[in-house]
Amino acid sequence: MTLTQITLANGLQILLKEIHTAPLISHWVWYRVGSKDEPTGKTGISHWVEHLQFKGTAQFPATMLDKAIAREGGVWNAFTFLDWTTYYETMPAAKIDLALRLEADRMINSRFDPAEIEAERTVILSEREGNENEPLFRLGEAVQAAAFRVHPYHHEVIGDSADLRAMTRDDLYQHYKTFYAPNNAVLAVAGDFETGEMLKRIEELFGEIPPAPAPPRLIRPEPEPEGEIRLSVEGPGETVYLQASYHAPAAWHPDFHALAVLDSLLAGPSNLNMFGGGGISNKTSRLYRALVDTELAVSVQGGSAATIDPFLYTFTITAHPKNHIEKALKALDSEIARLQDEPPSTEEVARAIKQARAMFAYGAENITNQAFWLGYAEMFAHYDWFTSYLDKLAEVTPADVQRVAQTWFRAKSRVIGTYLPVNDGGNE
Amino acid sequence: MTNFHSLPGPEDISRATLPNGIVVLSRSNFNSPSAVVSGYLNAGSIFDSDEKLGLSDFVASALMRGTENRTFEEIYDRLESVGASLGFSAGTITVGFSGRCLAEDLPLLFELLSDALRRPAFPKKELEKLRAQLLTGLAIRAQDTADQASLAFDEIVYAGHPYRRPDDGYPETVRAITRRDIVAFHQKHFGPRGLTLSVVGAVETEAATSLVEQFMGDWENPSQPELPRLPDIRPLTGIQRKHIPLPGKAQTDILMGAVGPSRTSPDYLPASLGNSILGQFGMMGRIGDVVREQSGLAYYAYSSLSAGYGPGTWEVSAGVNPANVEKAIELIRAELRHFVEQGVSAGELADSQDNFVGRLPLSLESNGGVASALLNIERYNLGLDYYHRYESLTRAVTPEQVAETARKYLHPDRLAIVSSGG
Repeated sequence: MTLTQITLANGLQILLKEIHTAPLISHWVWYRVGSKDEPTGKTGISHWVEHLQFKGTAQFPATMLDKAIAREGGVWNAFTFLDWTTYYETMPAAKIDLALRLEADRMINSRFDPAEIEAERTVILSEREGNENEPLFRLGEAVQAAAFRVHPYHHEVIGDSADLRAMTRDDLYQHYKTFYAPNNAVLAVAGDFETGEMLKRIEELFGEIPPAPAPPRLIRPEPEPEGEIRLSVEGPGETVYLQASYHAPAAWHPDFHALAVLDSLLAGPSNLNMFGGGGISNKTSRLYRALVDTELAVSVQGGSAATIDPFLYTFTITAHPKNHIEKALKALDSEIARLQDEPPSTEEVARAIKQARAMFAYGAENITNQAFWLGYAEMFAHYDWFTSYLDKLAEVTPADVQRVAQTWFRAKSRVIGTYLPVNDGGNE
Repeated sequence: MTNFHSLPGPEDISRATLPNGIVVLSRSNFNSPSAVVSGYLNAGSIFDSDEKLGLSDFVASALMRGTENRTFEEIYDRLESVGASLGFSAGTITVGFSGRCLAEDLPLLFELLSDALRRPAFPKKELEKLRAQLLTGLAIRAQDTADQASLAFDEIVYAGHPYRRPDDGYPETVRAITRRDIVAFHQKHFGPRGLTLSVVGAVETEAATSLVEQFMGDWENPSQPELPRLPDIRPLTGIQRKHIPLPGKAQTDILMGAVGPSRTSPDYLPASLGNSILGQFGMMGRIGDVVREQSGLAYYAYSSLSAGYGPGTWEVSAGVNPANVEKAIELIRAELRHFVEQGVSAGELADSQDNFVGRLPLSLESNGGVASALLNIERYNLGLDYYHRYESLTRAVTPEQVAETARKYLHPDRLAIVSSGG
């Protein structure tokens, strides 16, 4: 498995990894643009642009793209996140040229047809309404907004309905032209190809695309939190949920690995793979024992995201019908305090490392997932963040876990949100 | 060593039947140091009474809550300590299971799997904890628009048939289940007959079969009943419309359709290709084109064909704003009418045939993908050479066959039309 990293003259960063285990190639283009690049009034614009990237160019009209990929037995999709937007195609190896040609084309030639934009406006409003049906979406949105007063991590990726109704074709096209350029992108390919040939083809297709001026960034660091924030959200349902979100470090921060060990032993290991890999249950985690075994809660989960700027570590608790949610919160607090007061055993730390090793092995079954990591790690660090991840975890000591528990899990830097079901369906 | 570039076939799938009836399918893959074990046995909710519906599901969920040899904590401590996973779930016909681990931990995974299947202890305290979790799951289901639409849909299209019932029961039936029911269900229905396992990953096939022999070769249970014969489906005679109100929901889920073929029916492949054209191919097929692309009414609008041991459903799903429900229903009905009356073109069919053949390497890429393919081969008697014959089977389907199947199962004036939401 050879890895090749190269940057073209126009600034396009390329990572190629040959993997000859299956006759497949997975091709990804990542753009350094996400919801954190959206000012008030333009929330949701990155995600909307992502949708419009499927609406065709002069060379590849909209429906032709979907059909062409499907005909070859490929899959394609795109994701918009806080920090990035990414597009991928996984195809039988012999058919990958189609993916390369269409990604090169839509890096600069998307049409942004006004009629398509209007149709997509209601599609995205419908997508948002589907999210709003979920109590945990409503709660998460409120908690995130409370946690970030200043930083643009304030809003959900999908954006606010008010902005989705108001934005114009000019807004969308300008966002596309500002952020979609080779010097703001990473191209990553993994699978059954020969590196020299692949590189030559990428240079032919992408090498002539002109770079754009460096895109502007909203630099609005979140001030130090000044105390615990509590909020509640009311809506339809029968079940109470609680979300406790702590300000957490960025993915490149040296504490990130100790926090991954903490996550593993407190809430069960989070699965970082985007495709395949499957999760590991968390029934022997400290919080499951303290909250679920004791019937203070029906379930508990924890996890963070790998982000460029500091984001959140979030615990999500589903209340037990017999017990008030505050009791579960008390138990959570005392488990955090226990970790702050005494370091975990070396066995617990070793266990977290074995769990991570297993999940990496599961993720390696899948070409799409391997290609995903090539580019994903570049969004907040470098590919060696991924390749050195298990080694970095192995260096974590029990004292490190105790220290990061003390540093990051302070009540004054958290938001506690509760979802309160109301029988009449809320205020509507 | 298996060349994973080739599709699974008789030359690299091992199939063994143990003397007690257990069938073991396996295929090696040394590309990653991991392995998957999955399987099923016939102990689904079809054996539940109406009063205790959800019993099979309760049993499946309780298998790992303690065994004669280990407590709940000990089971999960051993699994989670090595990053392995194992879980059971009940369907209408079968209880299925799936686990994965690093290949070095396969003996451990088999030990725990066998212990859970053969010697569950069903500790009273754990059952009560589990019951509260199941009831919370049902409370969440009661507020989920897609789940509510699906429950109502099944009640209409499967009226008078065991498939009308939800496998996880209702709050009152789950409350009625006792430990005695759980123990009795397990004793009667869990055994080696009909138990099928597939093992795929970094293990030689002989070693995989030996592991099953070692842990389950001596299992016997003479009391296991045969599956009951399924009654015929009563076809719909008109439009049956039902709305389940869930006040306060921003989106309404719509389900429209009828009963389709079973997996073993000769109609399955033509129906599956027809379904692809109707609501899958590209951006959700014709349904996606009309409801999402042209009208902007929904983020998702697609059709699906679920086919198993008995007749599955052929249905269209869409999530729309409550104000657009009737409009979306009319668009979908018009599209169904067009599909049934006009059929499909040779070009459309060729596109979906290409897709079915072309996507095989991707669907068979991971150990989990191969493991479920092997289980399907066994369960539906497809033959070990199924994936070698798959391309010719797929390409042999004609537009006339697709049209005929569409007419047989879907009629625009004989549909269940269900919605749930605000």
